[in-house]
Amino acid sequence: MGAAAIRVVHSTRSSRIGVAGFALLFVMLAAAPFWAERSDLRLLVEIFTYVALASLWNLLAGYAGLVSVGQQAYVGLGAYILFGLAIFAGINPVWTIPIAGLISAVIAIPVAFLIFRLRGHYFAIGTWVVAEVFRLLAAQIGPLGGGSGISLPVATVTAIAETRQMREFLIYWIALALLVVILGLIVMLLRSRYGLALTAIRDNETAALSNGVNVTRTKLVVYVITAAGTAMIGALIFLQKLRISPDVAFSVNEWTAFVIFIVVIGGVGRLEGPIIGTIVFFLLRETLADLGALYLLMLGIVAIGVMLKAPKGIWGYVADRFGWELFPLARRVERRDGPPP
Amino acid sequence: MEWVNTIVQGILTGGLYAMFAAGLSLIFGVMRLVNIAHGDLIVLAAYVALVVTETLGINPLVSLAFVVPIMAIAGYVLQRTILNRTLGDDLLPPLLVTFGLSIIIQNALLEIFTADSRKLNAGPIETASIEVLPGISLGVLPLLQFVLAVAVIAAMQFLFYRTATGRAFRATSDDQPVSQLMGLDNRHVFALAMALSLAIVAIAGVLLAVRANFDPSIGPARLIFGFEAVIIGGLGSMWGTLAGGIILGVSQAIGAKIDPGWQLLAGHLVFLFILAIRPQGLFPKVQ
Repeated sequence: MGAAAIRVVHSTRSSRIGVAGFALLFVMLAAAPFWAERSDLRLLVEIFTYVALASLWNLLAGYAGLVSVGQQAYVGLGAYILFGLAIFAGINPVWTIPIAGLISAVIAIPVAFLIFRLRGHYFAIGTWVVAEVFRLLAAQIGPLGGGSGISLPVATVTAIAETRQMREFLIYWIALALLVVILGLIVMLLRSRYGLALTAIRDNETAALSNGVNVTRTKLVVYVITAAGTAMIGALIFLQKLRISPDVAFSVNEWTAFVIFIVVIGGVGRLEGPIIGTIVFFLLRETLADLGALYLLMLGIVAIGVMLKAPKGIWGYVADRFGWELFPLARRVERRDGPPP
Repeated sequence: MEWVNTIVQGILTGGLYAMFAAGLSLIFGVMRLVNIAHGDLIVLAAYVALVVTETLGINPLVSLAFVVPIMAIAGYVLQRTILNRTLGDDLLPPLLVTFGLSIIIQNALLEIFTADSRKLNAGPIETASIEVLPGISLGVLPLLQFVLAVAVIAAMQFLFYRTATGRAFRATSDDQPVSQLMGLDNRHVFALAMALSLAIVAIAGVLLAVRANFDPSIGPARLIFGFEAVIIGGLGSMWGTLAGGIILGVSQAIGAKIDPGWQLLAGHLVFLFILAIRPQGLFPKVQ
């Protein structure tokens, strides 16, 4: 019995149920324009974007240990690329979304080169400085409205689709597709050798290094992928808003504080965490948002409470208690010639 | 002459930035914690000073006698009740808890004091100035602020290297288990460090509130200025932090002189430039 006679199995019983559930959910959501109200569609788009942003932040902080409080840099960057290309190059805004991802990935490389020099906590604040620099630079772009911002011209908006209803459907489907692609990519990344390297780094960076894992390159790959994904979501968010300004596009509260809250509540370092967290976040928001500042204050208190009492979040508790896993990410070794006796 | 004035103003502002940085640097040095709520605590101190001056009808500079102990006690309690429980090998808990704290402070201030900007009135000292050279006059208040910053940093240097508390700080920073074996209570040492950090925050907050308008949302920017001063100066060096603050202040003053929109940007760009060419900072502590 040689080494070739084993294989690595990713799926478990719960993950098979999970994947089937997700497939069913996807079909239902894809058909939402035919059964949901307009306001529901808008809410769903918002939920999709937050699940995506939270999953990307979770990949960065929970798996690669790169705790960023500056991901609004890429939300804003993606959005500004969309507005710039759509207004000045006349490109259909829908097609600028992948371009925004690509350009942001390229920009993220020199940024990573700079901020990777900061260790641990200081890295976090370094990412914030970068976001501030992006915001201040965006405010200097006169043709895009400077500090006060700009709206997408009517001609550009009608280029997306003729009627408002078609536009809303299109944006909805793009949001759903983008979310599925991003989640799929994260699953693939975590199942690849990079995922194994990430787990090794998370558990013990020195040990990973001594086993030949290229720690810096692995982190760089995750940082750049996250930047690209975040920028595409940012572009989509502002395609729906149709208006952009530096303070909104680079808002630390909207695009980082809420996202961190979602991941902490749901469970850091687990793919299911951001999904659970987003559901909780939107339930709270729909019931308590009228409270304004008090609502944010409560979010802060809940986040601190969870971090102190249940640092693994809701899904961490569930997974530890019942051993559930909705995504096929586990690694079990089985004999190739069938299930073990 | 105009440029000399700009640079001098920048240096004096740099003193304030060094004070933002000193509290941050102290905490990081002792317990490897970066307090994301640091800037919001500065703003909180400004509001505490506002309440004290309005209730007692005293000068803001006199109110320091109340604000400093209040903030120091708050720091001790904060560390003992919450922050000590987050310390460990994992980076995430302290970062996220202080981030949550930042949001709580901002929104609590917003709820109590609204978003209106406030300012503390220190009386005639605000407009007083002395002419040091023909054409260059220094405001008494900015000068006082700078002198206080230097005094705070000198006092911290003394405390760190000449007192028993400072020895406890350094021992805990070097090796926690061993310092515990030597009879130090780390939880108490950390709480003392946080108390000291917030005492400095109190001074910085009052000076900020006397110099400029403040509102609940300006905390994060103060955190970033302090952080940039720490990194420019070099980790672990008190006097380096002062130099970092001055470099940041001068960069911002020159940026603002060229174009008002470039004030903050110039400071950030100088920080990134130094990070690129000299990531250990200008005056790192010799190990």
